[in-house]
Amino acid sequence: MPFKIISSQCTGCSACETECPNVAIFEKGGTFVIDPKKCTECIGHFEEAQCVAVCPVDKTCVIDTSLPRYQPPA
Amino acid sequence: MLAAEPKSCGISVRHGKASCGAHGGQGDLPPAIWDKVKTHPCYSVEAHHHYARMHVAVAPACNMQCNYCNRKYDCANESRPGVTSEKLTPEQAAKKVLAVASRIPQMTVLGIAGPGDPLANPDKTFRTFELVAKAAPDIKLCLSTNGLALPDHVDAIARLNIEHVTITINMLDPEIGAQIYPWIFYNHKRYSGVEAAKILTSRQLSGLEMLSARGILCKVNSVMIPGINERHLVEVNKAVKSRGAFLHNIMPLIAAPEHGTMFGLKGRRVPRTSELKALQDACEGEMNMMRHCRQCRADAVGLLGEDRSAEFTKEKIVTMTVNYDSEARKANQAGIEAERRARIMPRQEDVGEHAGGTSDIKVLIAVATKGAGLVNEHFGHAKEFQVYEVSQSGAKFVDHRRVGHYCQGGHGAPDDLAAIIRSINDCHAVFVARIGGRPRGELHKAGIEPVDQYAHEFIETSAIAWFSSYLKKVKSGEIQHVDRGDGAIRQDPMMSVA
Repeated sequence: MPFKIISSQCTGCSACETECPNVAIFEKGGTFVIDPKKCTECIGHFEEAQCVAVCPVDKTCVIDTSLPRYQPPA
Repeated sequence: MLAAEPKSCGISVRHGKASCGAHGGQGDLPPAIWDKVKTHPCYSVEAHHHYARMHVAVAPACNMQCNYCNRKYDCANESRPGVTSEKLTPEQAAKKVLAVASRIPQMTVLGIAGPGDPLANPDKTFRTFELVAKAAPDIKLCLSTNGLALPDHVDAIARLNIEHVTITINMLDPEIGAQIYPWIFYNHKRYSGVEAAKILTSRQLSGLEMLSARGILCKVNSVMIPGINERHLVEVNKAVKSRGAFLHNIMPLIAAPEHGTMFGLKGRRVPRTSELKALQDACEGEMNMMRHCRQCRADAVGLLGEDRSAEFTKEKIVTMTVNYDSEARKANQAGIEAERRARIMPRQEDVGEHAGGTSDIKVLIAVATKGAGLVNEHFGHAKEFQVYEVSQSGAKFVDHRRVGHYCQGGHGAPDDLAAIIRSINDCHAVFVARIGGRPRGELHKAGIEPVDQYAHEFIETSAIAWFSSYLKKVKSGEIQHVDRGDGAIRQDPMMSVA
């Protein structure tokens, strides 16, 4: 469940929206947000989290430490 | 003695170069190519005096990071730094294109250039082109890309009849690339350093080859970054030429700390006008060089030297009624073509005749113009000066200098006048339709001759006539020819017209 976007740093460029394999990212008020229920940290899809890899502003897509880490199905 | 526009490109032929589409009229370009470039202001310097273009900001995402670009604002390469574009949906963009086309009939080209990379937003980019092609088939389609995703989209580009593609290529050497690009995002992975640069170069060059093979005209943009790639760009020039690029546009780095780009923050030096020109001259033997690029915004509207985007904001577009009249546009453009045919260009033999004897002297002149190839702007109203190099080979457009507004409500601001003079400090004369007493005096003091005797006449013929008289004065000893210093490339954002 874990990535979130720090909205004050988000440029609203939408790059993450199209890269997310879980379609977990959507626009809200000009910046983008991640639906924690859909985010799988890209586990099972890609080696690295796509939102982190494509985001133009470092440390903007980060692990949401207030939530438990994603557990892939056994 | 003056003659009609020459059949061969005459005055701008250099080093035996075969074609000169970027510098003059048709020259010896094949008719099919001339047909593609003759109304494209970016691909023909002659067309840029007459025709306008627009960009729509439908492509915000990017697939890489460049050190001259700050994505928190906008892409510094394609947009004026600090000016944030309004993002548009394809539907909003199509409406905007029709609104502009009906109000600016000489707008002939729609480009998508960001603010990210058009091909990192392929759905939005191609949807926009589809909508525009359906509603306004006379508008030429054009896109500008970093090339990373290009090979994947060449078929779509060809299918949609996108006739012009610009690829920004700043290096071939991955060690140099590593200093320009911190990372790329490719095949779902972030690459950095030399590895990223290698992938990028291979994708850019194969994209260029694929487009050339399909007969799509390619322009290559390169950012001249002092201390990193300025010498290397000569090799880039050769490589892109051999892969079929039609035109090469070497642009100066834009970098100031307030832009927040890596190069700006690190204090990377920007090129001097003489360095930029020397590099462009060095490459020109290999291919056509574009020197009239204004490094425009991703939502630019108008002639290249003007910015009318503020007239067409999202808010204003919503309320605009669109009456797209293709017949009226055709009639307007036929009028422009008649004007172009009537334009008198000096022939090389006339230049020699005027000047009398031979001379190696070359000078730069600045011209205040509103377009149509005429000296037709007041010094104080000029938003930019076009720079021509004049010698016994003729008069050739070589540069342009953006300036702030000097004349405001009839009162001049001293600092702005000094800045204008700095920006054209490498010129021997400035041609204007009119000029006030104070700037006239200040220009004289700075060693720049204000010339207003050719008001509303053609730039090239005026330049030649003035140069002939200049040479005569030098020969008679009335004046002494001295070299000028450097001009300054302004880094601050362009003022909006509206």
